[in-house]
Amino acid sequence: MSIEAKEEFRPKIVAFCCNWCSYAGADLAGSSRLGYPADVKIIRVPCSCRVNPMFILRAFEKGADGVIMCGCHPGDCHYSTGNYYARRRMTLLFSMLDYIGVENGRTRVEWVSAAEGVKFSTTMNEFVEKIYSLGKNVRLGDLRCRN
Amino acid sequence: MQELINRAKELLADGTVARVLGWKAGDLPYNPEPAYFETAEALDEFVYNGFCGANLSKYMIEASKLEGKTLVCLKPCDTYSFNQLIKEHRVDRDKAYIIGVGCKGKLDIEKIRAKGIKGIESISGAEITDEADTLTIQTIYGEKSCAYADAMLERCHVCKGKEHKIYDELIGESKDTKDADRFDAVKAIETMSPEEKFAYFQSELSKCIRCNACRNVCPACSCRKCVFDSTKFDSSQKANVDSFEEKMFHIIRAFHVAGRCTDCGECSRVCPQGIPLHLFNRKFIKDIDELYGEYQAGEDTESRAPLTNFTFDDAEPSIVGKRG
Repeated sequence: MSIEAKEEFRPKIVAFCCNWCSYAGADLAGSSRLGYPADVKIIRVPCSCRVNPMFILRAFEKGADGVIMCGCHPGDCHYSTGNYYARRRMTLLFSMLDYIGVENGRTRVEWVSAAEGVKFSTTMNEFVEKIYSLGKNVRLGDLRCRN
Repeated sequence: MQELINRAKELLADGTVARVLGWKAGDLPYNPEPAYFETAEALDEFVYNGFCGANLSKYMIEASKLEGKTLVCLKPCDTYSFNQLIKEHRVDRDKAYIIGVGCKGKLDIEKIRAKGIKGIESISGAEITDEADTLTIQTIYGEKSCAYADAMLERCHVCKGKEHKIYDELIGESKDTKDADRFDAVKAIETMSPEEKFAYFQSELSKCIRCNACRNVCPACSCRKCVFDSTKFDSSQKANVDSFEEKMFHIIRAFHVAGRCTDCGECSRVCPQGIPLHLFNRKFIKDIDELYGEYQAGEDTESRAPLTNFTFDDAEPSIVGKRG
């Protein structure tokens, strides 16, 4: 028998949500009493364009099992064009992660508006489900960054 | 080469330029190093041969801050980097007098060594006036020879052409040495399974010693302050176990130059561990070409780089999983 108690896998999921749409969408999901798993930790950013590719990799390095970025729908950005830039960046970053052999599916981008509480909740439920099926992230961690 | 030295002396003498940026012989026959020359006498040490692979355009960032003009020798592929630096306002075109030097492909000493040629005393056939056909190498074990093309740097097999994109005058002949497609290796990796890909990059990148040579030599990596120099960053140094750290460093390094990388191949040339770092840059270039239209950084000094641009109907990030 192992000395350590077997722990059930609980994924750590980081969600970068833009202040103007997705964060408000999360709020709406809450006030409409739509559930989404507590494994999702939301980080509020001013705009999806604020998300540096480094944020995503650092989240993984520090032990996240999945990272999702949510922003306003293209065309609806509070700063007019921020999410268009973010879209190109994330496409290239995800393609690179795929290229070095990281399972596709640990990263995702979803456009959620402030009126889409339902979409927020279903997206998060789906994403958490996906991460459960992929299991623990072992390829992207750095032990020195865990605390 | 004498033509080049004579012309440099002339320009120094009539005061057009205050210094010359070129190469001088290193301590071995195959490692010339970048150097400044400020007098006509010093120019006697000037060399330019097949081993002068260094891209001098990055040195022009500092040289642009000096008094007077600098004569800089640029090979055809270096002029792309120079254009890119002009676009980013990092170099001053008026402070540079560009001599476009001929290039018949640059040599990689590691490839010569890999052929079992050791104890090299001198190498002939690498001068710019030579035909770039065969190298004759004097070693302590006798004379050896090697085909020029077999000893060329990887980047010269995917040569961007013999045209100088920017110059004040041209000296010497160039040759297009392209004999392969630059995306072949990238395509081969793309067809692997995730496990194979991961194993491949793990084996390559675990050789990384984080010497930062790739960053320091890269003409596009010219930020005054680099994110990887931050002491507040708990993975700023090499990890002593296999971890994501090396991959993160190389992904971010390549990402920071994505859309600005001219594919000059300096990163792979200087890597002391022989990691094929161009595979990262070329993956970004390939994706950009496929998703946002063909783009060659440094081709001109005006166009907008793909990552500082967008269209309303760009591909969604979910395309990555669908492309297969």
